[in-house]
Amino acid sequence: MSNQKPGINREAFLVRDLFDKEIEQKPTRDGFGLGVVDAAKLDENVVVLCADLTESTRALWFKEKFPNRFVQMGVSEQSMAAIAAGMAMAGKVPFIASYAAFSPGRNWEQIRTTASLSDTNMKIVGAHAGVSVGPDGATHQMTEDIAIMRVLPNMIVVSPCDAVEAKKATMAGAKVVGPVYLRFAREKSPVFTTNKTPFKLGRAETFRFGDDLTIIATGPLLYEALLAAEQLSKRGIEARVLNVHTIKPLDTKAIALAAKETGAIVTVEEAQAAGGLGGVVCETVASLCPVPVERVGMPDRFGESGEPKELLEAFGMTAPYIAMAAERVLRRKRGEKVEATLPFVTAAAEKIVEMRAAVMKEALGRAPRKWGGNKSDLSLKSRTKK
Amino acid sequence: MPNLTLGPKVRNDLHLHDRKLKQLEERATTIREDIIDMLVEAGSGHSAGPLGMADVFAALYFHVMVHDPKKPNWKDRDRLVLSNGHICPVQYAALAHAGYFPKAEMMTLRKLGSRLQGHPDRAALPGVENTAGPLGDGSSQAVGLAYAALLDRSPWRVYCVMSDGELGCGITWEAMLFAGRNRLYNLTFIVDRNNIQIDGTTEEIMPLEPLAAKFESFGLHVERCAGNSIRDFVTAIERAHGVSEKPTVILADTIPGYGVEFMEYDFRWHGMPPKAGGESSMAIDQIRTLGGKIRSEHE
Repeated sequence: MSNQKPGINREAFLVRDLFDKEIEQKPTRDGFGLGVVDAAKLDENVVVLCADLTESTRALWFKEKFPNRFVQMGVSEQSMAAIAAGMAMAGKVPFIASYAAFSPGRNWEQIRTTASLSDTNMKIVGAHAGVSVGPDGATHQMTEDIAIMRVLPNMIVVSPCDAVEAKKATMAGAKVVGPVYLRFAREKSPVFTTNKTPFKLGRAETFRFGDDLTIIATGPLLYEALLAAEQLSKRGIEARVLNVHTIKPLDTKAIALAAKETGAIVTVEEAQAAGGLGGVVCETVASLCPVPVERVGMPDRFGESGEPKELLEAFGMTAPYIAMAAERVLRRKRGEKVEATLPFVTAAAEKIVEMRAAVMKEALGRAPRKWGGNKSDLSLKSRTKK
Repeated sequence: MPNLTLGPKVRNDLHLHDRKLKQLEERATTIREDIIDMLVEAGSGHSAGPLGMADVFAALYFHVMVHDPKKPNWKDRDRLVLSNGHICPVQYAALAHAGYFPKAEMMTLRKLGSRLQGHPDRAALPGVENTAGPLGDGSSQAVGLAYAALLDRSPWRVYCVMSDGELGCGITWEAMLFAGRNRLYNLTFIVDRNNIQIDGTTEEIMPLEPLAAKFESFGLHVERCAGNSIRDFVTAIERAHGVSEKPTVILADTIPGYGVEFMEYDFRWHGMPPKAGGESSMAIDQIRTLGGKIRSEHE
């Protein structure tokens, strides 16, 4: 047991109105855009390479400030990685920017050989990671990047929780010598940390105290973890919440301490629940302090088209599902018998069927006559003259 | 090297009567309207590529390809591999009109539960041969299909639609090496040469010209056609069918956003739909005017 009173850690300096519905929202990729400009001001060797996604990765903000240090690659992620490695071997600090599905998704071998094995000082920027990419669908929703990057020796893997932390992570990534993977999201998410919130690569931060269990989260879903902890608190369960922005090297001390002091862990990530944060936490507690673990994340399936917020709910990554995972892990901690199936996964699988049916019914109900429906063609959104 | 001799046996009569041409052009206009309607309902998606390729898709699905919408898994169907998956609205509209699925489903593009995923999913929708989105993979899949067809002495052909921007992907050229070496003459690549990609024009981002010479040096036969002229495109296809020792690449020069004047030639329309309201209704009006212009030529 720790000596801390349950509740938000005041020394984490989170925003004052943490659970205000009107909390400011920004995508974490914005933090990269700002951070890489600041990093470039401090180090003239910082260069940015981008594979035809300048605006959406926010590499554009760097290009506008430092046009001569920006390199347009076209749709060539594989050579982008290896060319960046060449530049790093000549003393540059290259950031390579694309969507996570393509980099590191497509160019993983080039990263393995020319960044990781060669231990070059280059930074891989994976934007649009996770399912919150939304309507683009499974091909663009990268959910395997944490798993494939964290197994690379020498690689540092960082998944910031909001735009403010994303900026800090980018600047820290520029300073450290060696390959770094930075994971960012497309969709807006709550900005709940501040400039005063402590951030150090490789160190987990306690955002909430509690001794009944620990929720270990990474990326923007950390906010959902805090919401889940609040919901649990109302039921008399006090969850510790750890921000594990650095998945590699993992803060094994903090994880082991959490396991020892709380005896139960739930991991939360917007990625495959296998192999990523969930995987590394299980590996760590198995060798240091075995306790029950439940993993919230993609349950061994791909994403699909939908609105970002719908998808997070449909895949069981929001606060209510995290709370359900917490309930199960607590039953295991108490030594009670639990069902073989995971209730938080089953509930989401049922929910998505319901949600799909509702969305399809609404859309098909508005089908115009020209497409076999019974509504006027002029009722199509495209035909409204404003 | 296996004996890759026997080639396609079944093909459609490609002679283009004026009446058939007019039908195809009207079909392309309808597809363009559907693209705008779908994209605005979805609230996201790509405009320029689908509009530019409506003529090619109308020609492929309603004139060139041997296929049966009632039997989407018929083993001897021609295959259309879409490598630049983001232009799928044009394929979806063509498939719906051909009868692969109810047209009403065009209302569901990019929504939760839809078979019309933001990028095509081969498991979800009949008529979709390959799952696509990440650029460059389609040409290799098409090569694999064509190679297998020749191994089995199958009668079907493979058409692979790809973008010019995706020629930046190294895998494309690996596929071309293989296609040229194995003389996959049952395979036709169709490059949407619209000169734009997300960040700008292709010649500004990463120049491709002289493009025909590049493909020729990889052992492909090259045809160049006006991609917004159905007659010109069909002629290029006929020429491709006449080449029996090499795969063909058709460089289809298209106008991105074709039919919607405020989108044409503008790379900024690569990845966004028109706004609902004045913008989208103007797009529909302009497409109809275009249809009117085309029709008058043949009446």
